[in-house]
Amino acid sequence: MATYILKRFFLMIPIFLGITVISFAVLHLAPGAPTEMQTMMQPKVSLEARARLNAIYGLDKPLHIQYVDWLKRLVRFDFGRSFSSDNRPVQEKIMERLPVTLFINILSLVLILVVAIPIGILSAVHRYSLFDKATTLFVFVGFATPTFWLALLLMLVFGVHLDWLPISGLKSLNYEYLGFWGKVVDLGRHLILPVLLSAFGGLAGLSRYMRGNMLEVIRQDYILTARAKGLPERVVIYKHALRNALLPVVTVLGLSIPGLIGGSVIFESIFAIPGMGQLFYGAVMARDYPVVMGELVIGAVLTLIGNLVADISYALVDPRIRVR
Amino acid sequence: MTGALVKEFWRRFRRHRLGLIGTGVVFLLFIVSLAAPVLSPYDPSYIDIKSILEPPSYNHPLGTDQLGRDVLSRIIWGGRISLMVGFVAVGIAMVIGVFLGAMAGYYGSYVDTVIMRFVDIMLCFPTFFLILAVVALLEPSIWNIMVVIGATGWMGMARLIRAEILSIKERDYVLAARALGASHTRIIWRHIIPNAMAPVLVAATLGVAAAILTESALSFLGIGVQPPTPSWGNILTAGKDSIEVAWWLSFYPGMAILITVLGYNLLGEGIRDAIDPRLREGRQ
Repeated sequence: MATYILKRFFLMIPIFLGITVISFAVLHLAPGAPTEMQTMMQPKVSLEARARLNAIYGLDKPLHIQYVDWLKRLVRFDFGRSFSSDNRPVQEKIMERLPVTLFINILSLVLILVVAIPIGILSAVHRYSLFDKATTLFVFVGFATPTFWLALLLMLVFGVHLDWLPISGLKSLNYEYLGFWGKVVDLGRHLILPVLLSAFGGLAGLSRYMRGNMLEVIRQDYILTARAKGLPERVVIYKHALRNALLPVVTVLGLSIPGLIGGSVIFESIFAIPGMGQLFYGAVMARDYPVVMGELVIGAVLTLIGNLVADISYALVDPRIRVR
Repeated sequence: MTGALVKEFWRRFRRHRLGLIGTGVVFLLFIVSLAAPVLSPYDPSYIDIKSILEPPSYNHPLGTDQLGRDVLSRIIWGGRISLMVGFVAVGIAMVIGVFLGAMAGYYGSYVDTVIMRFVDIMLCFPTFFLILAVVALLEPSIWNIMVVIGATGWMGMARLIRAEILSIKERDYVLAARALGASHTRIIWRHIIPNAMAPVLVAATLGVAAAILTESALSFLGIGVQPPTPSWGNILTAGKDSIEVAWWLSFYPGMAILITVLGYNLLGEGIRDAIDPRLREGRQ
């Protein structure tokens, strides 16, 4: 097992380097420079001043040297300083945003698991029942619904017409004056719509996937054996079939991380939530290279970690994987 | 595919009710997009300050927007954009994916390792972040969007094609072709790829739906198709700004996206079931 984990870990290193190379190339090969953005508004800026600014940011060096410099700093967890006027370290800017995005994504992952898995099991066990047909319909509509549009509709219904839920930010204006439970409730009310929406797409996907797995497993011979032994159907389904059908779900969860993080741009901008997505959007617009680089790398690393955890837990429960 | 296979495919596809509904929706959307100049009641960019944000009425079945433009006409013309983005983006993804996947699967060894590691790396990125960064840095335009969506969406195809080829390349007809002295290129293009295309076709159909969703999200964020060119996403941006007074501006373009994406997904599902009888039998 330890060898397996070590092997998996060392495989991650070239992938990590690849991620940094691609992020770097994407940013620096695009036309236009960050200094142009800063000097465009002031026609009086001389060419010398612009060159000086480039030198300050290290943008005058050849690309591969810039990359090596950046990588050297990264080893010390130094992502550089933001190009924006606050000039703060990138890791500081990201770290104050990361918990918000992670928190929302984890909540929505939990929601997806708790809701989608039972739905998948039930619709597989009662195939072609009314329940199965209804969830199939939900799945197809769910796949096709643009989340940002659904967000608008929910804001319209629950925020504007019914006025039940707040529609922007994470805290009310009087947040500081609330007691502990008041704060929890306030935060919770602000989180309902964003969490629901970020879970929406995954809900459809995972319940469909779970249904497929379950149908596949139920066809296997060992299920037939279990039934032939005279085991009650409940035990056959929830013990023999479910355990095997749940295995691949772990991998799918690992694979869904990039989608969740990427999707955070959309609902964070709709609900004005100060998370990674909002920071990324602003940084891209302002060509704040260090921040954009930092976010791309952190996003990819989160995915790598997610995949590693998925692989390890898969190996833990399925001995066939470790042996290979 | 040979004639008999196509016939068999049709026989199964015809019985797939959801697949047929999808086909109908996709077909209808094609017609509407092609006939947009005839069908749309107004010029989609005709500004009429006298009828700003009018609710749906006889004159404007889906209402008007903040500049008095007819929403129905804008949705019809926006459909053309979505269709184009979907097809071109998937076309690009298919070319890259089929090429790299075929190379990896056919040549194996270090070619395979390098290409598949590259696929792993690309799969680690939060795709939407990557698309957002590139589109914003390159100046948003329809062409850039199509290229970027295609260039970030080929990994699944590459994996599919590779897996197919790994199983096909050992078959007898490939060995026969090789024994006859056919070149690698000829074997790949004439014998292997045509036989590996079935799952790619399904992935492509589903890919069109995904590309349309991505384009609308980008346009919604203001870095996709730029106004005054109508796209479902940028009509929704306007809808967001006046959501409290004009629900029709948010509701209808979203419905258009939903129906379109649903259509392509159902079609893809239908093709998948008709191609893969094993899955079908599992469902009986």
